[in-house]
Amino acid sequence: MSGPLLEARGLVRRYGGLAATDDVSFALQPGARQALIGPNGAGKTTLINLLTGVVKPSEGSVFLEGSDVTALSSNERVRRGLARTFQINQLFPHLSPIESIGLAISERHRSGADFWRVAGGHADIVEEIEELLERFGLIDAMDQPTRTLPYGKQRLLEIALALACRPRVLLLDEPAAGVPEGERQDILAALAALPKDVAILLIEHDMDLVFSFAKRITVLVAGRILVEGAPEEIAADERVRAVYLGEDGHD
Amino acid sequence: MSANAARIEAHLRRRERWRWSEIAFWLAIVVLIFAVPSRAALINEILISGLFALSLDLILGLAGVVSLGQAAFYGVGAYAAAILANAGYNDPTFGLLVGALLGGAIGLVTAPLLLRGSDLTRLMVTMGVALILGEVANRNGWLTGGADGLEFTMRPVLGLFPIGFSGQRNAALYSLVVLFILFALARRLAQSPFGLSLSAVRENRLRAGALGIATHRRLIGVYALAAAYAGVAGALLAQTTQIASLDLFDFHRSADVMLMVIIGGAGYLYGGLIGAAVFIVLKDVISGATPEYWEFWIGALLVVLVLTGRQRVASLARRVVRTVLPNAARQAGAA
Repeated sequence: MSGPLLEARGLVRRYGGLAATDDVSFALQPGARQALIGPNGAGKTTLINLLTGVVKPSEGSVFLEGSDVTALSSNERVRRGLARTFQINQLFPHLSPIESIGLAISERHRSGADFWRVAGGHADIVEEIEELLERFGLIDAMDQPTRTLPYGKQRLLEIALALACRPRVLLLDEPAAGVPEGERQDILAALAALPKDVAILLIEHDMDLVFSFAKRITVLVAGRILVEGAPEEIAADERVRAVYLGEDGHD
Repeated sequence: MSANAARIEAHLRRRERWRWSEIAFWLAIVVLIFAVPSRAALINEILISGLFALSLDLILGLAGVVSLGQAAFYGVGAYAAAILANAGYNDPTFGLLVGALLGGAIGLVTAPLLLRGSDLTRLMVTMGVALILGEVANRNGWLTGGADGLEFTMRPVLGLFPIGFSGQRNAALYSLVVLFILFALARRLAQSPFGLSLSAVRENRLRAGALGIATHRRLIGVYALAAAYAGVAGALLAQTTQIASLDLFDFHRSADVMLMVIIGGAGYLYGGLIGAAVFIVLKDVISGATPEYWEFWIGALLVVLVLTGRQRVASLARRVVRTVLPNAARQAGAA
């Protein structure tokens, strides 16, 4: 299929009189490296929730690989290849990284409701767990409860979990949020190494990260798309400087 | 297979093998039944309450769903077995099966009520369901015997082992076998991908859904299963005491079984069994000494347990055991 992997058409979400998302349309092509930026309150989180199905739109629709998924629940969208990470860690504190990743993979293999075989009995799942743990440098802490991991490792697990769903489209919600300077490189390296064929939408406040990662940038202001374009165009755009980047805009 | 893959598999299988302490636990019960036949009725009561507590632990410990209405399914199972026996279908195994199916079916039907709202909502809804079913049983005296309850006789288990007042040891053994089979099944389930996904739902429902887990369906599934377990426990109680009465649906039954799970600890499956033993033995000992004060002591135990933390009590107990049984401790370390 040559069309966009993920497409939003005329998405509107109203909360009372306020339109948190106001007629948003955009598309993610296969292999896209797109960033979504905007000042606080621009409606980035609402848009993510609309795309993933946590919130239903007041108007408009969401298409995944050409088919309308607006009516599907969020877990059904995951099964169709749309995964996300969270700005604030959403992990399983008392489960180990092995178990966390293992259950995500089992789910994708449709063996998540298997109540008879022991989870470790599936050789292909074990292999995949190992591959992901290695890729994200989590082998050392793999059998420890997640809550005992350093914050930076938890951020990496956050991304590893989303990848365990083997998504076609990945929404990264501020993956580097709160990561101390010393562990930041690990996150950047992990982002750079994400599979090439996965379409990625990065929501981020850190402009260095946005401009080093994204090939295309969408600017959201007050629930509407202000402008979309290549990084150079966005950096040069007067309106963007005015509403978002402020006086010391990126160059 | 690489060394890491082997470690990953070992980690996922770490609870698969039965440990010596588990085997000792089950053997000790068998020994106890034969060693103190005079207390077989009490042991039977503990085993059945243990199964009932296990049913609550399946939803509370594994999936994190609170309930104050587990007695609904206990009562349904008991009456299913009792009504069948009263009508002449008094084969114990058949009664258990029907108790499980009926309990499970009512669990399945009422489970969607638990998916929304907070823990408080769930406590109220589960309590409400138990009240409704209790009243239904009360109003349909033609079937349930109403306030008089139902009395009946059972055929021997598998046509071989008579249970009842003349066969209390058999009754305890019968309950033990049923408990063990259902426990082994629950133990297996807890380590399966299904069990793992329940842990995920308990720990973080938002993320569980974001990994593609159909959280509602998993919760409905485990709730129905737990209801079937409670149904079997109720059926066992009815069969081995040969009576079913309306108090099986009472609120205090649901509250007691919650206490048992909290005393023994939720989530590792033995908690309900240990809690049931502690609860019933304490009740027996204390109410023998000071009948009017036994609730005082169980209340005090609860307060101490919750405030000091079970881990500390358990680690103290382990230290005592280690000093007394250094040999056993060494084996435990090796296991």
